[in-house]
Parts: sequence; C-alpha cells; structure tokens
Amino acid sequence: MLSDKDRIYTNLYGFEPFNLEYAKKRGDWDGTAALIKKGREWIIEEMKKSGLRGRGGAGFPTGLKWSFMPKELKDKPHYLVINADESEPGTCKDREIMRHDPHKLIEGALLAGFAMQAHHAFIYIRGEFVHEGSEVVQAIEEARAAGLLGKNAAGSGWDFDVTLHRGAGAYICGEETALLESLEGKKGQPRNKPPFPAMAGLYSAPTTINNVETIASVPTILRRGGSWFASFGKDEKNTGTKLFCISGHVNSPCVVEEEMGIRMKDLIEKHAGGVRGGWDNLKAVIPGGSSCPLLPAEICDTVLMDFDSLREVQSGLGTAGLIVMDKSTDIIYAIARLSYFYKHESCGQCTPCREGTGWLWRVMTRMVKGDAELEEIDMLLDVTKEIEGHTICAHGDASAWPIQGLMRHFRPEVEARILAYRKAKKAA
Amino acid sequence: MKKSNAINASFQPDSFEFTDPKAVKEIIGRYPQGREHSAIMPLLDLAQRQIAVTGPYGDLPIGGGWITRAAMDKIAEICGVAKIKIYEVATFYSMYNLEPVGKYLIQLCTTTPCWLCNANDIVKACTDHLGIKIGQTTKDGYFTLMEVECLGACTNAPMIQMNDLYYEDLTGEKMIEILESLKKDIIPPHGPQNGRRGSMAITGPTSLQEQAKKAGVL
Repeated sequence: MLSDKDRIYTNLYGFEPFNLEYAKKRGDWDGTAALIKKGREWIIEEMKKSGLRGRGGAGFPTGLKWSFMPKELKDKPHYLVINADESEPGTCKDREIMRHDPHKLIEGALLAGFAMQAHHAFIYIRGEFVHEGSEVVQAIEEARAAGLLGKNAAGSGWDFDVTLHRGAGAYICGEETALLESLEGKKGQPRNKPPFPAMAGLYSAPTTINNVETIASVPTILRRGGSWFASFGKDEKNTGTKLFCISGHVNSPCVVEEEMGIRMKDLIEKHAGGVRGGWDNLKAVIPGGSSCPLLPAEICDTVLMDFDSLREVQSGLGTAGLIVMDKSTDIIYAIARLSYFYKHESCGQCTPCREGTGWLWRVMTRMVKGDAELEEIDMLLDVTKEIEGHTICAHGDASAWPIQGLMRHFRPEVEARILAYRKAKKAA
Repeated sequence: MKKSNAINASFQPDSFEFTDPKAVKEIIGRYPQGREHSAIMPLLDLAQRQIAVTGPYGDLPIGGGWITRAAMDKIAEICGVAKIKIYEVATFYSMYNLEPVGKYLIQLCTTTPCWLCNANDIVKACTDHLGIKIGQTTKDGYFTLMEVECLGACTNAPMIQMNDLYYEDLTGEKMIEILESLKKDIIPPHGPQNGRRGSMAITGPTSLQEQAKKAGVL
C-alpha cells in the first residue's frame, strides 16, 4: 500500500482549507521559479522520465505529448487547455482536486504552460461543477494577488495567466477537439484530425490539452523528481500514483490515491470496505469508467489496476473509476443504461454514432426484458463493430465497448433471459 | 443531443438587456481580442441567472433561470455573430433552459453508478411527493423535475443537483426532507447527506491518517 509520505494529494478529503495559505503549508508553490529556471527541456525530460501517462483516460505519455508542441513561438500564441469536463460515469476524481487542492492545478498549469511556451491556460470545467469552479476561480484570484500568476508569474520571468471556462452539460466536450470547439463558443462537435491540436488547436493556434489530474501532478513530480514518481507502479510503462474512484456495490465508496498497478481486489477491500456481502458476492466490475468493458469476478480476483494489465484482459484503466456490481445486479440493465447514456450524449455529427447509439439502446432495452431473438445478439455485436472505428471521435467506440464486454462475459445470461421470456410468453 | 422546441417557448418577451454591463465586459475580457465568440457560453449563463432573479416567467409566479429568444439575440449582437450561432449553442447544451423552469430545478441522476445505489428510490420519492412526473413543473412553479446523465459524483451516489448545489448520499426519506425544506424556502446544507466528509470512506479515512488526526477527524 502506498504510504502517506508518497501521496501527491494530501488534501484529498478537504481536511484543510483549499486556500493559498494552507496550500503553501502543504508544499505547493515551493520553489516554482527555480523549477522554471531549469528550463523547458529539463521539465519535459523529467516528465518523460516520470513515465506519467495522461490521466484523462487515453493514457498517452505526457512528456511526449508536450514535446509535440512547436519548438519556437511563431505568429500564433501557444495555449494550454486543461480538461476538467469530468463526465465519464464512474469518475469523480478531478472534482476532488479542484475543490480541495486547486493550487496544485494552477501551479501545474504554470509549469506545463512554460514548458510548452504558453502564456495563457484555459481550464474547461463541466458546467454542473459550480461549487468546484468557484473554488478554482478563488484560487486563481489568490494566485494573481500574490504574484504567482500574471506578469513574471511567481518570479519566474514568464508571463502567465489562467482562465476558467464553464461548460453547460455535454459529455462530448470531454473529447479534446469538441472541448476546443466549445471553448470557441460553438456546439461541442469533435474536429477531424489532422490537424492535431499541437499544430492547430484553440483559435487555430498550437494547443495541448491535458486532464486535471495530469497537470495537478506535475509540480510534485518536478519537485521530487521524475525518478521518484517512476519508482511507483507496476513497470516502466505504468508508473506513479493514481486517484481511484470506487463506486457501486461496495461497503464504503470513496476516492483514494494509490499506487498504479495495485491489485483490484486489494483496492476494493482496503479502501472501499469490500464488496457488499463479501468478495464472493461480486458479479462484475467496470474498471475504468463506463466506456471500459466490464470484467467478471474471476478476472477481478487477480487483475492489476494499470493501463497494460487491464488492456491484456480486453478492458482498460480509463479514468480509474471502478463501478462495482454485486450478484444482485441486473447486469443487462446496467449496460443498457450506459447505452442510453451514449445515445443521449452523441453529438449527432457522424451517422454511425448518431443512428447506431440509438439502435444499440433500443435493442439493449428489449434484451433487458428478453424480448429478442437469440440471433440478435450476434447482430447487435455486428452493429457495434460497424460503429467502432467509423466515427470522427471515440464516442462511437465507447458506446460499443460496454456491450461487447457484456456479451464476452455474460452472453449465457442474456440468452437465458431471452429463453425465459419466450417460455413465459408461450405459457401465457 | 438535447431535444427541445427551444426557441419556440410560448412566452417570449420582445427585448432583453443585461442589468450588469460590468459583468458582461468582464466576461468578454477573459478571452483574447477578436475572440468575443468565446464569451457566448458564459453570457448565456449570465442571462439565465439574471432571468432567474428578474423574470420574465409568463404566468408562472417565480422561477429558476431560463433564456429567452431576446436574450439570445442580444448576445449575438454583443458577440458580433449571426443569431443562428447563438441558437445552435443554446439548443446543444443541456444546462440552458429554453423555457421557464421551477424555482427549484431538481436534476436526478439515474446513470448506472447512481442506479446501482438505488437512484430509482430518489426518483420515486420526488415524483410521489410532488405529484408530478419527470419533465414537469409543479403548479405553484416551485419545482421542476429533470432526469440527467452522470453528474460526476459517483462515489457519493445516489445524488441530485438542485439549482447549483449537489445533494449526495441520498435516501428517499432524505430527499423528501430536502423537498419539504425547499417548500419553505430554506436551502438545506448541500453535499453528503449521510454525515460523511466529501468522498472519504464513511468508515473513516483509509489514507492520510496524520492529516486526519491534525484535522480532528480521527
């Protein structure tokens, strides 16, 4: 188990105020200028050394992402955009950072912004997080008043400011190019790539988009060293500490910082009070937010919580939001409800997703009752394959994966329900 | 995608003015020069909040915020874009109300993590207690019920959002208490309703013991 001295988020539960005075006591803003004086190559190298992979779901190496930004500032300014549109069902970690430790995010923005030669960062927060947004704004204002933002931010010689932009209820704006569209005052519909944001992002200027947890981890990583961060985790590709959100049928759901690669069973038993009714009462876990395929209990017994271990079992770490389901769960409805979510949140731009997500939901709704033909299971899977990979963004893929996971592991249950429905109908 | 007949709400006043021009200026100033269109979303939000306080509401007595067509047209003028650009945005995002809503807008999360934790009990408590269905507003204009997708507080499921506030770790009884309190215009404390702190395990912190001791939690 990760020891307390190695945790980044020491105010995760808001034991102390979030304000600058207490943030400084917790070690934030300590020697920020000195870190910046070491230069942008040093920062990017340390980030690469840390092995930090993006915490927003896709897990792309952060240092590498930053290195894609143009080396020289030309006619257009560079922008850092922070994705705080946390909306993936099962995920509620960035919220904890923003309401209890916003200075980590703001200091991280300065360091990351400097590394990519951006003078301006935007934090795009989901509109429903009114309370969290107001705390981030208060922290930004405190930082400005203390000279940590603005001209010569924190005495670093770099001018830098942060602006909070509130969304208004659209899951799709968590997709980075939809987020940029939204930030430009448009409908949140993803852009075709290329051009990638590092070439033409916000206002067609070079832009990097990072998740809140990614950016908030940066100051501690730079202060303690990339090799410190890399000393945790399963291997060199799955390093560091990570915030896990454990929800659903556990005795004491919580958000907790743990080591990357911790055993799922340990995570649930040590931090979330175990599965309701005991480990043997476990039916399945969605390990990384709604779009990651579910895993049945027998895989959950041994699987490790990191990018590659979960990939090996045909799922993913995603945002590390675990949705735990015990044996009482109607697993078909649990997935059908996610199908409704993806249908509701499709932006409508690509036909396979706009039409397909509705189709998946309607068939899944019949399967909850059992009102379907056995052949329709394969037809349903076939449609998921027609959506997956055929859309501008990953929303289509994300709508397909939960259903593929359900059929991979619980097909007999779906079939049994169809047969039972048929039998009951006949008897009637 | 949001379904709405949107800018066709039956009651539409002819004009709209922002009552706080300083706030409008501050919002536009957040974005680089020439990028006034980035201010569209915050201005829609500002208009909605203003209307929540000043009206209009047609024949409803009082209400939560909504955005009139005149307000959208005003924003188009301020940002120097075609009106359709504002209508597109206002109809795309679910948080912009395009018709009047009750004073207390209750948004019920029923996505899988909340559903697993008996979100249906919360829905039933609201519909039974208020005598309205999801999507409806009570006759006195006090409550509107809306079903929404994941609000990002899954470890504190089941939860709802009332106007700007999250109420978490709910039960049917707690929900009724909250509604009763709102009927008297008393806003109950938001956050977890079962006495826990934020997203910490209710049984006590499983990490950060020293910090917990210092804060007097342990």
